[in-house]
Amino acid sequence: MRATDTVVEARRVMEICNACRYCEGYCAVFPAMELRREFSNADLSYLANLCHDCRGCSYACQYAPPHEFNLNLPRTFAELRAETYREYAWPGPLAALFRRNGVVVSLVVALALAVVLLLTTGLQKPSVIYGLHAGAGAFYAVIPLGLMIAVGLVTFGYALLALAVGYRRFWRDTAAELKHAAGWRAWRRALGDAAALRNLAGGGFGCNDRDESFSTTRRWLHHAIFYGFVSCFAATCVATVYHHVLGWIAPYPLLSVPVVLGMLGGMGLLIGTVGLLILKIVRDPAPGAREVLGADVALLVQLALVAATGLLLLALRDSAAMGALLAVHLGFVLALFLVLPYGKFVHGVYRLGALVHYAAETAPVRSGERVIE
Amino acid sequence: MTDLAGSYDVLVAGGGNAALCAAIAAREAGASVLLVEHAPRAFRGGNSRHTRNFRVMHAAPTATLTEAYAEDEYWDDLRRVTGGETDEALARLTIRSSAPALAWMAGRGVRFQPSLTGTLSLSRTNAFFLGGGKALLNAYYRVAERLGVVIRYDAEVRDVRLRDGVAESVEVESDGEITTLRTKAVVVAAGGFQANIEWLKQYWGAAADNFLIRGTPYAKGRVLRNLLDQGAMPVGDPTQCHAVAIDARAPKFDGGIVTRLDAIPFSIVVNRDARRFYDEGEDLWPKRYAIWGRLIAQQPSQIAYAITDAKALTLFMPSMYPAITAATIDELAGKLALDGAALGETLRTYNATVRPGRFNDKILDDCRTDGLAPAKSHWAQRIDTPPYIAYPLRPGITFTYLGVKVDDGARVVMRNGERAENLFAAGEIMAGNILGRGYLAGFGMTIGTVFGRIAGAEAAKHARH
Ligand SMILES: Cc1cc2nc3c(=O)[nH]c(=O)nc-3n(C[C@H](O)[C@H](O)[C@H](O)COP(=O)(O)OP(=O)(O)OC[C@H]3O[C@@H](n4cnc5c(N)ncnc54)[C@H](O)[C@@H]3O)c2cc1C
Ligand code: SF4
Ligand code: SF4
Repeated sequence: MRATDTVVEARRVMEICNACRYCEGYCAVFPAMELRREFSNADLSYLANLCHDCRGCSYACQYAPPHEFNLNLPRTFAELRAETYREYAWPGPLAALFRRNGVVVSLVVALALAVVLLLTTGLQKPSVIYGLHAGAGAFYAVIPLGLMIAVGLVTFGYALLALAVGYRRFWRDTAAELKHAAGWRAWRRALGDAAALRNLAGGGFGCNDRDESFSTTRRWLHHAIFYGFVSCFAATCVATVYHHVLGWIAPYPLLSVPVVLGMLGGMGLLIGTVGLLILKIVRDPAPGAREVLGADVALLVQLALVAATGLLLLALRDSAAMGALLAVHLGFVLALFLVLPYGKFVHGVYRLGALVHYAAETAPVRSGERVIE
Repeated sequence: MTDLAGSYDVLVAGGGNAALCAAIAAREAGASVLLVEHAPRAFRGGNSRHTRNFRVMHAAPTATLTEAYAEDEYWDDLRRVTGGETDEALARLTIRSSAPALAWMAGRGVRFQPSLTGTLSLSRTNAFFLGGGKALLNAYYRVAERLGVVIRYDAEVRDVRLRDGVAESVEVESDGEITTLRTKAVVVAAGGFQANIEWLKQYWGAAADNFLIRGTPYAKGRVLRNLLDQGAMPVGDPTQCHAVAIDARAPKFDGGIVTRLDAIPFSIVVNRDARRFYDEGEDLWPKRYAIWGRLIAQQPSQIAYAITDAKALTLFMPSMYPAITAATIDELAGKLALDGAALGETLRTYNATVRPGRFNDKILDDCRTDGLAPAKSHWAQRIDTPPYIAYPLRPGITFTYLGVKVDDGARVVMRNGERAENLFAAGEIMAGNILGRGYLAGFGMTIGTVFGRIAGAEAAKHARH
């Protein structure tokens, strides 16, 4: 049983919110809260991960500081989420990587980049790296395909495994007392909510991206990142089929499916990440948790770098810069895969778990009890 | 900092719902407007920041309201709770104007929760603000700023100088400096006087020291006193206030909704001497919650304790404070600093008179006491299942009823029956015209919204002529 200051604070906040319920229209957290009178550590882990940090409840709260109740739900939950990321991380000792995550990620990026560049320059002749390559197999002249696939599979596979174990740990902890099993209906609803980022919509009117006013900017930027990521992933899958099934060897023409998907995905990622980074700078810092900023920024910068180098590689693939760019791009990708289970990326996994839990424990429409005056 | 020396058509005193509605309406009608709010920005919005809904007449279901709530039914509800202490013309004006208010509010950034279905919900009569009153005020302040209303926080209106029914100047204190402003019209929307303990003591004596004020500490009634002293006609019972039972651990001011305690129908309530003093199960709770503030105010030291057992724990909305629990009644008495023997005796007598019945918390059930004085008429169950639980209670004051009389154009009426030419009132400060006593859930915000709009529009009209 954890009894950190954050857990104690989150419990205090939930007990106040549960007596108030004014924010019940904003998101799933409040209806889920209303099903409970007491909040176990597991309940709090669940609720914290159900919160999408839209900040609506922070500006609406009549108990926000400087009120003596000093209530800041988004911040408390963000801090608690950070704790849960450590709690469910697998293997346990690597949870330490979540501390000072910004620094950890920077180091991994630097290392991965260095390794890829050193290996490439060490193993390949400069004439190959800086030469012009055209036609089928151009990329693989610089970095052998087998190596690319092997490293990619091992690192990404490991990331998936670690994320899956994390999900299981989260689920076992938070959904132990769930009355109904999470069946396909719950999954369908949860996936729908996740795909639409419904809880980042502030009850349908947008969230408080920057200040008291409502906007949907953050939601759209997140969509750009999410679907950008999915699109890049799809590009890779299609390319794999091209290569191994159809025997078509990359690079593919500009108007081919993998290139278009990759291009769109890269642009989505770039726009989304840069946009969110800007938002982080201009927004009102009050409802945020400073402790998690490092991890947030680290993931955004990583994704932005992967996207930017990917797009650059595409633009310059027929030039002498291709070899070096490819190495740099793959270095960033490698770093991304390596830290995937030990950085902000895990938020998606636990949030999905929380949405499944929510879908399983609530009917789509329910009514709360209200104190009214 | 806003320059108080500028000249404005309309000055609005106050910063809650009524004030914002007035300021926005006046500005939209073309007047230049200065809004003077006593509270600092972080605590702007008076009692309105603690609200969550308002009562709306409507002929057909809307996105936020179910079924229909017609004028006559609304009026009947009002007449019943006020026992006739209302002004029918003003009341009907308020009721009718509540319908178009919904769209007006939405047009100025107020968001509503979709209507909920369910037996307990009030979605038929009341529209719920998404995020509550503070979110509503945030929206209004943004709109007001965008429209060019000049807003001054941390500034108290001390004196609205009247001469022959004309507001000649307004004295404002800010940062220790007093400025006298001349404006063409004045809207007073400065709330009630419930935060003025000295004033409450005039009617309640020293007991008022033990009252907890549920809303803003800035509702001191300074403007109200000032106008009454200059001959404005009073309305509403000066001695009465809306008071509910709240947790005694609540802060002196601004505890808001989360300190309210709804355990009483499922408990027995004893005073400092461990004696019961009123029928806890007299009627359905929504019809009775508002009498308990006064009942407790009349007890020695203005303190009471709701006592019940494990069976009742989940029957009422949780409050923010945990129940005080104990394995035995003696232990509980110890924790509450009550006389254990006396509490034991009260419980024994109570338990012995509880009749068997079929418990149902949703209706007036047949679980009652027999031969107990005062009786417990419904939901009486033996208190015998540990852990025993208790909540300490104090009177929590919501608002006061005393106000200034207005006409249907929100103009303040003087004792001599004349209307002030350029002085308008909206919100709690004139609610006594319509709500002489009693209360209807959500009606405070309705009065403020309707009369705020009228006052703002009329003030602008006056100023621009
Ligand atoms: C906990 C709680 C819950 C409630 N819930 C509801 C609800 O759900 N629905 C409902 O209809 N009603 C509710 N009410 C009642 C409701 O709050 C009031 O009826 C309503 O807010 C009155 O609005 P108002 O603008 O007149 O006053 P307030 O909102 O109280 O505003 C008064 C303003 O005047 C300012 N002021 C005071 N003196 C001066 C001065 N001398 N100079 C300058 N400024 C001054 C104050 O700072 C404040 O901003 C609730 C009340 C409480 C306490
Ligand atoms: S207004 Fe504050 S206390 Fe109430 S539900 Fe919202 S965040 Fe919680
Ligand atoms: S999602 Fe938004 S409204 Fe819901 S708890 Fe989180 S910050 Fe508050």
